[in-house]
Amino acid sequence: MIELKEERNVYLSNFASLEKRLKEKRPAWLRAFCKDAISCFTELGFPTTRDEDWRYTSVAPIARTAFKPAVYQVNGWSPSRLADVTLGEVACTQLVFLNGHFSQELSSPGKLPEGVKAGSLASALDSDGGLLEEHLARYASYRRNAFTALNTAFVEDGAFVYLPKDAVVKEPIHLLFLSTASKDPAVCHPRNLIVAGSSAQATVIESYAGLEGGVYFTNAVTEIVTGEQSRIDHTRLQRESERAFHVATMEVSQHRDSAFASRSISIGGKLVRNDLNVLLNGEGCDCTLDGLYFAGGEQHVDNHTTIDHAKPHCSSRELYKGILDGKSTGVFNGKIIVRKDAQKTDARQTNNNLLLSEESLINTKPQLEILADDVKCTHGATIGQLDEEALFYLRTRGIGDAAARSLLTYAFASEIIGRIRIQPIQCRLDLLLSRSLSKGHETL
Amino acid sequence: METSTTNIEELATREYKYGFVTQIESDLAPAGLNEDIVRLISSKKNEPEFMLEWRLKAFRHWLTMEEPKWANIHYPAIDYQAAHYYSAPKSNKGPMSLDEVDPELLKTYEKLGIPLREQAMLAGVAVDAVFDSVSVATTFKEKLGQLGIIFCSFSEAVLNHADLIRKYLGSVVPYTDNFFATLNSAVFSDGSFVYVPKGVRCPMELSTYFRINAEKTGQFERTLIIADEGSYVSYLEGCTAPMRDENQLHAAVVELIAHDNATIKYSTVQNWYPGDKEGKGGIYNFVTKRGKCLGVRSKISWTQVETGSAITWKYPSCILQGDNSVGEFYSVAVTNNYQQADTGTKMIHIGKNTRSTIVSKGISAGHGQNTYRGMVKILKGATGARNYSQCDSLLLGDKCGAHTFPYIEVKNSTARMEHEASISKIGEDQIFYCQQRGISAEAAVSMIVNGFCKEVFRELPMEFAVEAQKLLGVSLEGSVG
Repeated sequence: MIELKEERNVYLSNFASLEKRLKEKRPAWLRAFCKDAISCFTELGFPTTRDEDWRYTSVAPIARTAFKPAVYQVNGWSPSRLADVTLGEVACTQLVFLNGHFSQELSSPGKLPEGVKAGSLASALDSDGGLLEEHLARYASYRRNAFTALNTAFVEDGAFVYLPKDAVVKEPIHLLFLSTASKDPAVCHPRNLIVAGSSAQATVIESYAGLEGGVYFTNAVTEIVTGEQSRIDHTRLQRESERAFHVATMEVSQHRDSAFASRSISIGGKLVRNDLNVLLNGEGCDCTLDGLYFAGGEQHVDNHTTIDHAKPHCSSRELYKGILDGKSTGVFNGKIIVRKDAQKTDARQTNNNLLLSEESLINTKPQLEILADDVKCTHGATIGQLDEEALFYLRTRGIGDAAARSLLTYAFASEIIGRIRIQPIQCRLDLLLSRSLSKGHETL
Repeated sequence: METSTTNIEELATREYKYGFVTQIESDLAPAGLNEDIVRLISSKKNEPEFMLEWRLKAFRHWLTMEEPKWANIHYPAIDYQAAHYYSAPKSNKGPMSLDEVDPELLKTYEKLGIPLREQAMLAGVAVDAVFDSVSVATTFKEKLGQLGIIFCSFSEAVLNHADLIRKYLGSVVPYTDNFFATLNSAVFSDGSFVYVPKGVRCPMELSTYFRINAEKTGQFERTLIIADEGSYVSYLEGCTAPMRDENQLHAAVVELIAHDNATIKYSTVQNWYPGDKEGKGGIYNFVTKRGKCLGVRSKISWTQVETGSAITWKYPSCILQGDNSVGEFYSVAVTNNYQQADTGTKMIHIGKNTRSTIVSKGISAGHGQNTYRGMVKILKGATGARNYSQCDSLLLGDKCGAHTFPYIEVKNSTARMEHEASISKIGEDQIFYCQQRGISAEAAVSMIVNGFCKEVFRELPMEFAVEAQKLLGVSLEGSVG
């Protein structure tokens, strides 16, 4: 118990110094949130495997490490060095964050329609205080999730995207979060807010990447609000370094007739936990969640999704696929809630897992909680290996065993990758996958 | 649909037809639970020393435990000190033959539709009937004895087959297992015991009928079935209770052990009193059932039809230890009015090439809450393990709920497993289709519901399939839509 207290103390003292530093910058309403959040964290502490939501994921390595707040250092970084993680030739708005702080030098503004805002949260606190006050920390509850509480307490910077009514952004908006190596393990808490007005449309890509390896901890929270009839297409690409910890929570609140599509690709990180919660809070909403997790070595990837059908006539589709190699562990927990009045709900959920090695391990729990009667809900989960007959078929046609295996694994993953409509990301993922498959995932 | 709403109401108001009370003097232990009660139960049954010690060990362990809270069910706290832990029909001195059984008791069973004699003669079913806590009569004992099959009440087995009890009791469900199993271990009063020797195929279905009669009693029975190498046994269990305002606790433990090449088929039709329309009264059915496929190529198959009880909380499970062993679970659970059910299974694959099948059908009506909670665990050594799970729910009415919580843990990469679940209501187009063809809405619904459950009913032995369909009939046929 004493030890646990100490784990929290690091964050408490960090909070105190942050508060001192940001005293002037943070508006009063935000200060109140931060204070409340830190006291929630003190109460909650880090979750243990005794918590049902964390049953298969131990965050002890995170709790044990005394992370220092990550600092912004742009020295030696130029856009050319980022070619591997940017969208390349594609015209886009690119916001780059280095260790959780917005970097003007590395970012490149694209063409944005009038009234659309895409910039750093820190500067938006000055310019758009009213908007932020209306939305920030209103959707991601920190009362039950210690990591969200931490993020809220340490909120400083991140991306803020605002689309006014009827705004249609054709070029994708790329939010790129980079972590650099530092002497001591560092933590950053990126906080993103995406607000789409009614009938607005945009494509947003959220990328996380580690540039130089090392131990660090990214604790991100993204809140997304989709106004009436708006469409948000969101892609999440997680390529942290192999020793990094990554905990991310995404909270989506959909209004009437809006559409939200998410693709979450998880490749990097030593310990990864993604929470994706969608609240369908208006009639006629549509929600599509796709995911791919690809782990090897001693990686641990945990994906938790919740789709809360609060209003009638909504539909949701979910497909998560996992490929596990080496000694990796995967966790999938997909919950669909259909509330009492949410009649005519149509929800489907599928989770497929491929175990490539002897020592890989998967825990999956698709979960339905249905309180309305006029609904169609299904879920399915499978765990298996590559089909021996398909392998045999390929081999009879002169394709070697290793090549046949990687071909079939690639085919398994391509269902998700094919749904990403942004060419450079698709190509890069294709390349990454085929390269790592031919070499064995350990060397990724 | 107009018809459908009225029909659901009919369903909701259907009466519990087993709700009578039999006026029999009974020998009731004082209310409350302490070591003296445990000793009293043990001495009433003239148990040998080792049994008493086992009970006391369990009781002391129970005192250190807390009631579990994780299930998706809600009920007021149970006062364990207010219940009676032993109630026996007074005239009972251990039945020698059917003629010695109290005629009042026999009448009760006739009302339940199991005339012991008739059933024994016509259906060829050997019945062990448990009334409150004590086994009343066991039919067909002699005929089974010739084959070396032991089928008797648990207390009799403790006296006459102490070696078997000592060897197997608690080997599948240890007395430390969980709160209710531990409570049962301390105060269990009777139950059934079956031993099928090597290579014997039990020629008839064995059956137990449980009934709670006395007020404020809990029923804690214990069933132990051992199938030795190469044997086969099919066992049926049925339950009813009178209507009462207060809730009664039923915490049973069932242990099955299957040796090499043995098969055990265990079927339950559970129809405890479910409480009235407002959810008052009814039985809390908190049961621990577990089977162990100890030997190679052994098989354990659970089939259950759960229509009664205010709250059902049970997970008949299989430990697949022997290589190539097979576990099966087929379940129909119906919740109505304010009934709650949190049921499912656990399949633990330990041996190589072990296979398991789970088929669960949940039907919720009224304010009923139906939860499927299952776990499939494939351990490291279980190479080539295979699992297929399917859980479907049918919702009738807009105030009920259906939930599924499947846990799937795979630690061996050669495992193959599939899980499917669906939740839906009867489609208006389906009913319309039937009506087009001259089938009334009522008949169409009953057809659809029966078809929905068919997969499970098919697994029940003949005698029970009829009863199960009748039971579902009482609740559904001509009353749901």
